[in-house]
Amino acid sequence: MSPGQGLGSAGPQVILDPFQFAFMIHALEAATAVSILAGVVGWLTVLRREIFAGHTLSVMAFPGAAGATLAGVPVAWGYLAACTAAALVLGPGTHAARRGFRDQTALVGTVQAVGLSLGLVALSVNGSVQQDLEPLLFGSIVGISAGRALSLAVLTVVLLALLATVGRPLLLTSVDPALARSRGLPVGLLSGGFLVILGVAVAAASQVTGALLVFALLIMPAGCARQLTSRPGPGLGLSVGLGLTFSWVGLELAYYTDYPLGFYVSSLGLSSYVTLRLLARRRGARASGATAPGEAR
Amino acid sequence: MLDHEFIRHALLAGSLVAVGSGLAGWFVVLRAQVFAVDALSHVAFPGALVAAAAGIDLRIGVLAASLGVALVMARLGSTSAERDLAIGATFAWVLGVGALLLAVLAGGPAGGGSTVGVRALFGSIFGLSTAQAGLVAGVSLGCAIAIVVMARPLLLASVNPVVARVRGVRVAALELGFLAVLAVEVAQASQAVGALLLLGLVAAPAGAAHRLTRRPFAGMAIAAAAALLSVWVGVGLSYRIAELPPSAAVVLVAGALYALAHLVSPIRSRWGRRPAAPWT
Repeated sequence: MSPGQGLGSAGPQVILDPFQFAFMIHALEAATAVSILAGVVGWLTVLRREIFAGHTLSVMAFPGAAGATLAGVPVAWGYLAACTAAALVLGPGTHAARRGFRDQTALVGTVQAVGLSLGLVALSVNGSVQQDLEPLLFGSIVGISAGRALSLAVLTVVLLALLATVGRPLLLTSVDPALARSRGLPVGLLSGGFLVILGVAVAAASQVTGALLVFALLIMPAGCARQLTSRPGPGLGLSVGLGLTFSWVGLELAYYTDYPLGFYVSSLGLSSYVTLRLLARRRGARASGATAPGEAR
Repeated sequence: MLDHEFIRHALLAGSLVAVGSGLAGWFVVLRAQVFAVDALSHVAFPGALVAAAAGIDLRIGVLAASLGVALVMARLGSTSAERDLAIGATFAWVLGVGALLLAVLAGGPAGGGSTVGVRALFGSIFGLSTAQAGLVAGVSLGCAIAIVVMARPLLLASVNPVVARVRGVRVAALELGFLAVLAVEVAQASQAVGALLLLGLVAAPAGAAHRLTRRPFAGMAIAAAAALLSVWVGVGLSYRIAELPPSAAVVLVAGALYALAHLVSPIRSRWGRRPAAPWT
């Protein structure tokens, strides 16, 4: 994949400049793969109202990395194991939504606190508490190898293919679980499966943006898309497009100013979200003021 | 064990934090606002960083950040999907600012920005001075009293806002007040004992209480008692086992109680003793 060349040939020299360095090309490739994945998964997360679960899974990177360091295995494996484990714990809980949304937030909060505690215990046994925390929490665009960029791209393709095969049932399950159940769809399996996919996606993405800011890439593009349309196709497209825009522009800004990518991505995301939401509100006010409720969105 | 001054301080501060977060947590879970507490506890970290950069007391920075975010959250819509989205977007950005500050501070004279961050996140209940323990205990007690005072109207406003409004309860003001109490509690506790401990003490005991009973005041009592038990057992365990950090021990005990409540809960429903939900 070479979106770098496509972007560069159209743009002026300033945009092209950073990509004479190999590490910036790898960062661009990784950010592109992660943005596409997060755009799709994030849109579904927002639709399913599992934003808190998404955040909790992104935080699981911390116990994952701490545990991996303790066990002496690669950090990426730790991420993956912790996120999957948390998703499996959350899965039945979110499925049992018949007890109400209330119960779910307590479960998610507890899982997050317990996960962080286990991470803290692992770090404490290791002996070093602060040393590796910063790159883990905030990511780094300089440390991405060609191999990692490739593996992120492969993971993105695999997860998107998986989502595409269960796309329609998953969509129905998300919008109307009761109807989905009456049609004989395995609602619990689909819900739990989606959380596992979310966990893996978050684990992958956090290697670029850091554990704290994977969340920005996950929900901000999706939140913006939600303000514009509620139809699945255009919504997913917008979410991916906005995610790519945020991370590409953020990458350029991070290169030229030396400040973290996550700051730019989250700032672009928040300003777009607030603008779109204000526009949507004004549009809504005008529609209701004209007493013509025909334009329902 | 009680001969040590730091243990006495930890138990004093921890007990009152437990009662405060147990009571508040019962309402937080009822109102499905655990995510809001999570957001409040995360903004403590950039708040502390800003204060460190400006050279003022860290607690002032944390309090200002928490109250600011609480105000923003109170202004946001009431439909849960849109609310969570807005909370998430806001605090992802606040964390982004934190990342920026960390990068700026790392090169600046203040240095050690990540130490501030780690302290805000994990804190240490064993490192409290007499004055700090007294302050934490006092603020937590104040928050607990505030929750008890607003319990009845807040219960009505949480369960049925329309009826509450008809009866003359000022729902919006009450919700803002509740968030403000939460913000103060989170800000104070996160600086002293760590945001992690607070999230665990808000979510797990209250979650267990909601599993065990639907009666409001019994639920609040169970939540506060479970939180107290977690603190005492957690501090004791952490004292015995050197590798176990106190905040982690407390949260793990609270999590175990929550899991236990899940196991016990279905038995009670099979007995048919759980009253029908007055609200859903």
